[in-house]
Amino acid sequence: MGKKSDIELIVGGLRKDKRLPEQTREIKMKVGNIVSANGSAEVSFGNTIALSSVHGPRELFPRHLQESQTGILRVRYNMAPFSVDDRKSPGPDRRSVEISKVIRLALEPAIFLDDYPKVTVDGFVEVIQADGSTRVTGINALSLALASAGIPMKDLVTACSVGKINGTLIVDLNGEEDNNSESDVAVAIMPTSNLVTLLQMDGVLTKEELMHLLDLAKKTCKDIHEMQRNVLLEKYKGEE
Amino acid sequence: MENFALELIQNGKRIDKRDFMQFRNIEIKENVIGKAEGSAYVKLGNTQVIAGIKMGVGTPFPDTPNQGILSVNSEFTPLASAEFESGPPGENAIELSRVVDRGIRESKTIEMEKLVITAGEKVYSVFIDIYILDNQGNLLDAAALAALVALLNTRVPKLDADGNIVRGEYERKLPVVHKPITVSVCKIGDKLFVDPLLEEEAVIDAKLSIAFREDDKICAMQKQGIKGIEFDALEKMVDVALEKSKELRKLAK
Repeated sequence: MGKKSDIELIVGGLRKDKRLPEQTREIKMKVGNIVSANGSAEVSFGNTIALSSVHGPRELFPRHLQESQTGILRVRYNMAPFSVDDRKSPGPDRRSVEISKVIRLALEPAIFLDDYPKVTVDGFVEVIQADGSTRVTGINALSLALASAGIPMKDLVTACSVGKINGTLIVDLNGEEDNNSESDVAVAIMPTSNLVTLLQMDGVLTKEELMHLLDLAKKTCKDIHEMQRNVLLEKYKGEE
Repeated sequence: MENFALELIQNGKRIDKRDFMQFRNIEIKENVIGKAEGSAYVKLGNTQVIAGIKMGVGTPFPDTPNQGILSVNSEFTPLASAEFESGPPGENAIELSRVVDRGIRESKTIEMEKLVITAGEKVYSVFIDIYILDNQGNLLDAAALAALVALLNTRVPKLDADGNIVRGEYERKLPVVHKPITVSVCKIGDKLFVDPLLEEEAVIDAKLSIAFREDDKICAMQKQGIKGIEFDALEKMVDVALEKSKELRKLAK
């Protein structure tokens, strides 16, 4: 994409949507919103909205894909045709295939599938409105959906984007900032165990800037993690 | 389940007796495909990759009317591994293409604005096709290196009076102004090492691939592998990749 840093994205210390550099957009979370699924969640960061559901553990077909020792996680990330300015033709493209893979790898370290040989846990992420940071919004949603499906997890997975616009290091890029950023970095962590499970970066950064951004991501993820915990506790308190 | 490669690494050794920070021997051949505008063959140990560059004329993307077009594709041909199947590219092939693409695009390695023929209407397109010929590990580093070397020897084809490409005649070299080098650092427990063999890739906890420009700025990163990485380890991995990138860059003339 064209990275044009000449566009004014920060004026008087504020971003165009009135945020401070290190401030996220309004974050909303819901769980259990899709009753037909074993687990589900909806997460929005400002105008970016991701729905997620989990089906399974269920038997995996064709059989040759089954693992005799462990269950497997499959992930499909998809963007709805109406989620973006110019209609996106439906179905997987190269971008969504890659993102599906990195989301799977971001979640896999947090779940225990050893107790489920020969089965699959299928996680779906549908971005119904896209305004930047869709993969990290999807990871937050899928993490909640896995938890609400009762999949054993050693930690939640929490994600956010960080980056650089107009020479300033920022948190949670919206679509316009993403398109005009000098760099954007997607980070997912397991907040309790402090492990990084997704790290993708493009643009141009010095090592020092990268380290600072990782620190910002860590702090932001702590806050998002708190919200994830709360939404799960709220939904399932009192349930056996 | 004990594994030979894993056990060795945990004991500070490797199957091929290399040091953890040592790349396998790298052999590079330039201009291996006469039909292509640029090309390179890279043999990294026993991993073999060809990058071929073809140029065409096309319509610019609406959001970048004053820039040429870059496209990176890779083929994991069935001849290169029993694991590769024919058919549309799988997620690993797509990921590799996209990580190589980001390393070149985000670093602004090619001066895309110098590939405009008529602003907003007609531009040159640069197609980088990466062919995996033999997979013995660390495809990404080999592919990124092959792509860079191929770009460095790419020539821009001449156009006739109607603006069509005249094959076999060239007007100038492709404007390549940076030399991004991708280095993947692997992690097993607290052990870090570079240039994994296929057997080692099968047992790594995580891998972080980082592209550096010659000014030591980072221009792309991708984390792979089944486990998470501790924050403390990330900085070490970046440092290792930076050091090795300088070494590999000497091979890209």
